[in-house]
Amino acid sequence: MKGRDLVTGAQNTWCPGCGNFVIQFALRDAIRSAVEGGCDPDSIVLVTGIGCHAKMADYLNINSFYSIHGRTIPVATAIKMADPELSVICCAGDGDAYAEGLDHLIFAAKRNSDITVIVHNNRVYGLTTGQYTPTSPLGFRGRSTPGGTREEPFNPLEVMLSSGATFVARGCTRKRKELGEVIGEAIRHRGFAFVDVLQVCASYFDATDVYDRFVYVLDGHDASDFDAAWRKAREWDYNSESPIAIGTFYRAVRPTLEERLGVPWGRERDTEGVIAKVLEARR
Amino acid sequence: MQLSAMGELSVLVGGRAGDGINSAGLVVAHLFSQIGYRTYMYFDYPSLIKGGHNFAIVRASPEKKGAFRRKVDFILALNQDTLDMHRDLVGEGTLVICDSSRVETDGICVPVPDILKGEKAPPVMGNSCIIGAFARAAGIRWEVLEDVFSRYYRKGLEMNLKVARRGYDMASEHAVVPERDSTPLPIVSGNEAIGLGLLHGGLDAFVAYPMTPTSNLLHFLAEIAEEAGILVFHPENEIAVMLMALGLGYAGKKTAVGTSGGGFCLMTEGLSLSGMNEVPVVIVLGQRAGPSTGMPTYTAQSDLNFALHAGQGEFPRLVVAPGDPEQAFTWSSLALRLAWRYQVPAIVLCDKTLCEGYFSFSPPVAAVPHVDLAPAGTPGPSYMRYLLTGDGVSPLLCPPAPDTVIKVNSYTHDEAGITTEKAETASLMTEKRVRKGKALEDGLASLPVVSLSGDVGAGKTIVCWGSTAGVCGEAGLELGLRVVQPIVMSPFPKDKFLEATRGSEELVVVEENAYGQLGMLLARSGIRANAAVLKYDGRPFAVEELKARLLEVLS
Repeated sequence: MKGRDLVTGAQNTWCPGCGNFVIQFALRDAIRSAVEGGCDPDSIVLVTGIGCHAKMADYLNINSFYSIHGRTIPVATAIKMADPELSVICCAGDGDAYAEGLDHLIFAAKRNSDITVIVHNNRVYGLTTGQYTPTSPLGFRGRSTPGGTREEPFNPLEVMLSSGATFVARGCTRKRKELGEVIGEAIRHRGFAFVDVLQVCASYFDATDVYDRFVYVLDGHDASDFDAAWRKAREWDYNSESPIAIGTFYRAVRPTLEERLGVPWGRERDTEGVIAKVLEARR
Repeated sequence: MQLSAMGELSVLVGGRAGDGINSAGLVVAHLFSQIGYRTYMYFDYPSLIKGGHNFAIVRASPEKKGAFRRKVDFILALNQDTLDMHRDLVGEGTLVICDSSRVETDGICVPVPDILKGEKAPPVMGNSCIIGAFARAAGIRWEVLEDVFSRYYRKGLEMNLKVARRGYDMASEHAVVPERDSTPLPIVSGNEAIGLGLLHGGLDAFVAYPMTPTSNLLHFLAEIAEEAGILVFHPENEIAVMLMALGLGYAGKKTAVGTSGGGFCLMTEGLSLSGMNEVPVVIVLGQRAGPSTGMPTYTAQSDLNFALHAGQGEFPRLVVAPGDPEQAFTWSSLALRLAWRYQVPAIVLCDKTLCEGYFSFSPPVAAVPHVDLAPAGTPGPSYMRYLLTGDGVSPLLCPPAPDTVIKVNSYTHDEAGITTEKAETASLMTEKRVRKGKALEDGLASLPVVSLSGDVGAGKTIVCWGSTAGVCGEAGLELGLRVVQPIVMSPFPKDKFLEATRGSEELVVVEENAYGQLGMLLARSGIRANAAVLKYDGRPFAVEELKARLLEVLS
């Protein structure tokens, strides 16, 4: 279906100034260009977790599986296995992808499942009204840590690089054009594509100033060089004030999970014949 | 040796873990099967890989059985424990066949290590030597053993036969087990019957994380996946298992998962999701002794309440508890069809006794009633995944469908699948799910949801569920009791149950748990049992044991 309105009529309930608007527009634009490039919009499936980000499932007029907290990736992996022709995109929050469902994120990278994971990383729990997440800076004062957190954030790019992700990128909602580009590239990537999106939370963690001061666009970086990607990923530790690169850090070609599985769909089945054969062998 | 009055006999095979006791037991079962007997095998093993004591009890009888008795005619002992730990199974005339290097006793003692050395055979073939000696002692023709071995051993057949022959020649004929004029039936485990039933129902994919007692279902389906044209996947944990099943289901693949109680704990968030987003899934839940890790390789029926109530919120679910491999085949198949017909989660509640027991099996392929899948939706921009209908079942479409947006949602949603918190929509959608449950109940009305056996006209009734159906059926016949086994546990078939128990003045519930969970379920339907016979030591009832317990409580 060409010319579909990609936005539903559902009432939008994101806070004014929320970074999710920027991600929504960037994703919508990326989908629109994909459709213009020949992608069938009926073959796109969006999977979301639970959190502010997840309302994307209500707002975008495409197939969607509005999942539960932390559980976008197993659903997305399975949808892709069920039909490798589908284009499967996960929108997950940092609570989803890095806390509740971190295991799934690591395993999807390990398997090189051909899905795209966009993490709306606002580094705070928004919908539950302001608690720290795995990427909140040390000392973050949230409602569950009024005295400040006593643990350092981890660096999701490092986690992804060491888990085998074949596409690792970072975007920022303060840089809409570049964000649209990396999301588009991620969707086009064959294999597991990961985009960490630094997102401003207008209500609970407005890091606009930090991002405006430190974010810069990767330039002259060789994304096929793992060591260079690793060095760039370690430039900022999600904690201290240092330059924050956005763009594609790493890109590699590796067989995808679906290719390796050689999923059985479409083959002729003789179920009753198989049952009879199994039973005969046990007689 | 004399066959019992019922023309049957039993064999105990025991040894250390790693001695291949399970497969030795299975070979013995096949020997009997080939000469016209129906066989049942119980396998008992601790949760370890090497060492410890494993044993199997193989029972051969003219009719199918689903339990063991407390007397064996032959003991095949590969270790001393087999004799020392099972003195209760020894009766007059029990003949021991053993490895003389490991066991001291009277009987047929074979120097297994010498024979293996002489034939340059590996230690794992020791049980073939003992089986050879057993076959001779039981008067089973060599050709029968040769036939069974040739089917059973894909590798090392010749060597196994050589070793068996040495044992055969060394033993003397002790008795002749009469050959019967019946065609051998296949011998399957409960897990295999479940797997075959799922395939028959139209299974596309199976997802599981290994856990006793359903790991062998995963192994079985993985083994035949290529040939059967299904996807079998083992992901990082049971949370992923369940969510993957729902992802596959959303995309139109009829999917089942397998687990035990501990894994099912992790699946409950996904179960509730299935209740809400109406993506069907079948969960094969193999019970074992809990709580927590409990006794991983021992049996229990203590997760009935868990299966009935798991998951937050209220939603319809199908819970079936098959009691033998034929029911397991039929109801695994039906569970898959019904889950897809009514777009609900379905649980096949089984246990270690059924899953890992081996049974002569009459495949009920042609006898499984047909159940249609959900009505298909019409593609187009007006398609609504949660369309409100009379019976609550919405026409189903899976992506990609032309010009169609298909939204499923864990939140309370409107007909299009968009999140809502409107009071009116919330009520309508809840009522839709309630109607679906009612439709499921109506759909079950024509199916064999309650099984009746034993002395069907008797005034005293045993009520049981799941794998205890076999032992109850036998005890019921011997004591003159009716046996009523509800197979569907949710929605509970109250009318059919009352019909089956009509005229009965005394109900005794038999369960392998401590709290009497079926008794509780009956009480919720206003049905009061007169007594309960409960067992919770991880071991299934032996026939004699159950009979004695029943006589204690019956008036």
